[in-house]
Amino acid sequence: MSVAVTAGQPAPAVALEGVNKSFGPVHANQDIALAVQPGTIHGIIGENGAGKSTLMNILYGFYQADSGRILVDGKELVIKSPEDAIAAGIGMVHQHFMLVEPFTVLENILLGAEGGWTLEAGAARAREELLRLERDYALEVDIDARIEDLPVGIQQRVEILKALFRGARVLILDEPTGVLTPQEADHLFRILKSLKEQGRTVILITHKLREIMAVTDNVSVMRGGEMVAHRKTAETTTEELAELMVGRKVLLRVEKRPARPKAPVLDVEHLEVVDELGVRRVKDVSFTVRAGEIVGIAGVAGNGQSQLLEALSGIRRITSGRVLLHGAPVLDAADARRKKLGHVPEDRLRMGLVRGFPAYENAILGYHLLPAYAEHGFLKKRGIIEHCLGWMKGYDVRPVAPLLQATSFSGGNQQKLVLAREMEHDPDLLLVGQPTRGVDIGAIEFIHKRLIAMRDAGKAILLVSVELDEILSLADRIIVMFDGTITGELEASAADARRIGMLMAGIREEMAA
Amino acid sequence: MEEFWTQALLLTASTFRLATPLILAAMAGLFAERSGIVDIGLEGKMLGAAFAAAAAAAMTGSAWVGLMTAMGVSFALAMLHGFACITHRGDHVVSGVAINITVAGLGPVLADAWFRQAGRVPVTGEGMRFRSIELPFAQALADVPVVGPLYANVLSGHNILVYVAALSVPLTAWVVYKTRFGLRLRAVGENPSAVDTAGISVTAMRFRALMITGLLCGIAGAYLSIAQGAGFTRDMSAGKGFLALAALIFGKWRPVPVLFACLLFAFADAIQARLQGVDLPLVGEVPTQAIQALPYLLTILLLAGFVGRAVAPKAIGQPYVKER
Amino acid sequence: MPTKLPPWVNYGLLPLMNLGMAFLVAGLIVVILGESPIEAVRLLVFGAFGYGEAVGYTLFYTTNFIFTGLAVALAFQCGLFNIGGEGQAYIGGLGVGLVGIYIGHWPVPIGIMIGIMAAALFGGLWGFIPGWLQARRGSHTVITTIMLNFIAASIMTYLLVDPLRREGQQIPESVTFDERIWLPQLHEVFAELGLAIGRSPLNASLFIALVCCLLYWLFVWKTRAGYELRVVGRSEAAAVYGGISPARQIMIAMTLSGALAGLMSLNEVLGAQHRLTLGFTGGYGFVGIAVALMGRGHPIGIILAALLFGALYQGGSELAFDMPTINRDMVVVIQGLVILFAGALEHMFRPWLEARFARPAVPAPA
Repeated sequence: MSVAVTAGQPAPAVALEGVNKSFGPVHANQDIALAVQPGTIHGIIGENGAGKSTLMNILYGFYQADSGRILVDGKELVIKSPEDAIAAGIGMVHQHFMLVEPFTVLENILLGAEGGWTLEAGAARAREELLRLERDYALEVDIDARIEDLPVGIQQRVEILKALFRGARVLILDEPTGVLTPQEADHLFRILKSLKEQGRTVILITHKLREIMAVTDNVSVMRGGEMVAHRKTAETTTEELAELMVGRKVLLRVEKRPARPKAPVLDVEHLEVVDELGVRRVKDVSFTVRAGEIVGIAGVAGNGQSQLLEALSGIRRITSGRVLLHGAPVLDAADARRKKLGHVPEDRLRMGLVRGFPAYENAILGYHLLPAYAEHGFLKKRGIIEHCLGWMKGYDVRPVAPLLQATSFSGGNQQKLVLAREMEHDPDLLLVGQPTRGVDIGAIEFIHKRLIAMRDAGKAILLVSVELDEILSLADRIIVMFDGTITGELEASAADARRIGMLMAGIREEMAA
Repeated sequence: MEEFWTQALLLTASTFRLATPLILAAMAGLFAERSGIVDIGLEGKMLGAAFAAAAAAAMTGSAWVGLMTAMGVSFALAMLHGFACITHRGDHVVSGVAINITVAGLGPVLADAWFRQAGRVPVTGEGMRFRSIELPFAQALADVPVVGPLYANVLSGHNILVYVAALSVPLTAWVVYKTRFGLRLRAVGENPSAVDTAGISVTAMRFRALMITGLLCGIAGAYLSIAQGAGFTRDMSAGKGFLALAALIFGKWRPVPVLFACLLFAFADAIQARLQGVDLPLVGEVPTQAIQALPYLLTILLLAGFVGRAVAPKAIGQPYVKER
Repeated sequence: MPTKLPPWVNYGLLPLMNLGMAFLVAGLIVVILGESPIEAVRLLVFGAFGYGEAVGYTLFYTTNFIFTGLAVALAFQCGLFNIGGEGQAYIGGLGVGLVGIYIGHWPVPIGIMIGIMAAALFGGLWGFIPGWLQARRGSHTVITTIMLNFIAASIMTYLLVDPLRREGQQIPESVTFDERIWLPQLHEVFAELGLAIGRSPLNASLFIALVCCLLYWLFVWKTRAGYELRVVGRSEAAAVYGGISPARQIMIAMTLSGALAGLMSLNEVLGAQHRLTLGFTGGYGFVGIAVALMGRGHPIGIILAALLFGALYQGGSELAFDMPTINRDMVVVIQGLVILFAGALEHMFRPWLEARFARPAVPAPA
């Protein structure tokens, strides 16, 4: 689809026409057309893998499009590198910050714009300019602090300052609120609005509908590598956008019977976890998971959920407190499995699978000590392959090829393989982290159904997910984590997105009076 | 007392001379490693440079031509390392080992073919080696108590490459901490993505770092064969490249601490010859081999964390690939 | 490293291409030195296989390289780079040497069996040290093994110059062992059977080496312990997740690796020289790196690569004799080039090969 340019109106700040980009067999961007009006906040929305980040990386010169044109202020430009983009007045704040940790804020901002061969002169000039920018846009930061000492929200401001310092008139933000609390997100939106008032243009990439509605003027929807719609934000609704994003009416709830929980399986008592850098990640957390129920842990990523999961599964050392499985403490990962704990890790490719191994060797990871798989120290290869085959059929893993290398399977199939392994070893407690991250819709439904089935069979399940909809859909009880602590615990029937959203922001219900 | 003092001065002068190749190689390694490239091949570059210097000096009769050739050869080897590690994302360590072994063989092969002296290249002619330089007023001041002999015997009287090595340390520190190049260099070693998004080429930075590595190793190698020594013999670098690497780790990749580590190792080397056959209190006679092994032992102790922790640049040893 | 290449390309074509490049560059050097590469190759091949004695020597060297190649390969399976083969073989030799010197007169085959165990034990110890340092202290095995090579050389020099030196001689070597502990040399064995195969130091340790190949194969791919080792080698995070202790596996891998390298000393010390000498390791520890890389970690590949280098060493001697311009160190150059092409530049041909031979990517489910 093309974008009409009406005569008499100012040229779009940024326009893309016919942009295509493929990575091998994956067609990440297909014939994209986009026009961003100057002085507006333009949202680009789509699910994981829709192609939004790829598109913006092309605009920023990180990648080169296979075909198509880029126009800035109506003039066609060739952008072959971030340098070209910066020169054209385009700046980008990435999802994962591009900061050098041991450097100070000033050093990070100077990098690439040092203003001279030696650092001294450029540093003095930069200091002045930065103070001015900070005032103008409410971006207070201590210039001489080291990045590794700063909280995430402040680090993001450094990224924005970096772009502004280089004279960005168009600012692209890629999933900026993924690591922010709702408060910090609000502050960010205020910053974006003041940028707009000062005549700059903002492109906001996100998968969160609420953000689009809250702050953008126009929105473009991407799906499966294609641009499917452009709307004025005021003229559309979340339902319409969600439908455009997914392509069909979204079934946000899975059919399930009410839970019938029995005895406690997991007892967590005053758990404290301090990480390698001495930061307290889990602070005095206590809760219980009973047989026959799904407990969901909601929260923005980075609030201690990962460390909690790792501590519970025996991968990470506990600083203090107790984790009791059937009343006995968990010593380490091997011990956890012996005690019938299953763990579907958040990062399946890094942790849950060995990339270079074939599927059947991955099928016994963590369970390789079981007598079923080895005799007198020798692996029973044929038996293992048979098991793997059975699971692949049962969990619809495609292709059904136990000898195929793990990396040759798609994300969804890899996840199903890991799930099959953890579920089929009949755990009493199953820990699941981000089960449907990067997984296609069909596989999501399958995975959700399986989790419910396990729960109905009397197993205890602890589900950690940053997708609130997933928690609301699956969990019987919801625990919300913020900054390493539990801010609230509620029955699913009593929960709604707004209430949980506030808990996720650290606002305990007693405080909201 | 007089005797002890004289011995101490001689020992110090000796330490400086022995430290020179280590310092140069360590500074060379510093640039590479700060940019994120592991360079095990300092040894091979030094050896190759030593051969090149000797061969060129012997053939042309000029030490300076020898030095230039040595720097050129070492530069080429560094570029080869870059080609393997950066361009083709090969394993840094394997590349370094490969270069070391290839050079260890190639030196004697070429020496034999061109000079027919069982793998040696003698350098004996006039002007083929770097001679010692007397600093101004050295003789005149020699009699001044305390300062005189210090100036005359310890500071003066070294060949020019020793002074170059001494200079290389403050120069390196200045470049790494006070210049634009240095800022970018350190950034590349810690977070290459940050550098890439700032519009700077990670590849170009790393290659530039390796260029400096090559040139400095070239000077180190030339020192071995045409300044300190009188010609090339097989395996003459004798592990000095690895000692330089150890000093780098010991000094936590910072120029001045690295300098002290080099001096420490050189001191152990200098003292080893003097301790032969000497009865030390308590221990008795210490076998030379024990002292020879001392720097290697110290390095292991350091790496084992018994002498403090060493934190390398974060992105070291990982090829930079743009993430999808 | 996960690959989309079919096995015959990964284990067959790719190593051959790497080898080809190494020989090409070596050939260029030969040309620069004014000799004919074709002639050099002819002399090399003849020198390695042309007559009975030559074959014997070739296989003798091959034995060394099988041991050191297996050592490096085993460490690689755990993601570790063991450059300490020289030191581990040297110290393994110390173990064998001590057995030979002090109890060499014990009845056959007890002495030999204890000697074998001593070689493995001592070599294993020298591998355990860097393994422990890596596992418990995070010290990089590359640096520690290099340092330990030098320390081993210092130790052995001291021992052979003084305490262990044969009485009344200046040469740093030990007494010759009692014949009961000598490993039988194959030409003698064949002579008993009425066959003359030319004198060479080729001895029974060749069979020990081949047995080690089998054990290596069984251990790495067929046992649970090998599985755990490989998981750690591929992904430490997955290992921890799976309840496997990386520290433990690293120590096991390095110890076994050191033991294998230590066994190399059997060939030289018990099989050939029958006494402990200075520098008997002769750089063979480093050849192991080239062998492991070329053989791509597979026992058959290692045997073939070891055979190749054995031929290069033996043929290289002959070549140096008949073509004086090229000296023995040319083999070292080829060794380095092989490591360069098969190791550091292993990805160089991959894109081209993948474009031609790769299995098609699996399409995502509909």
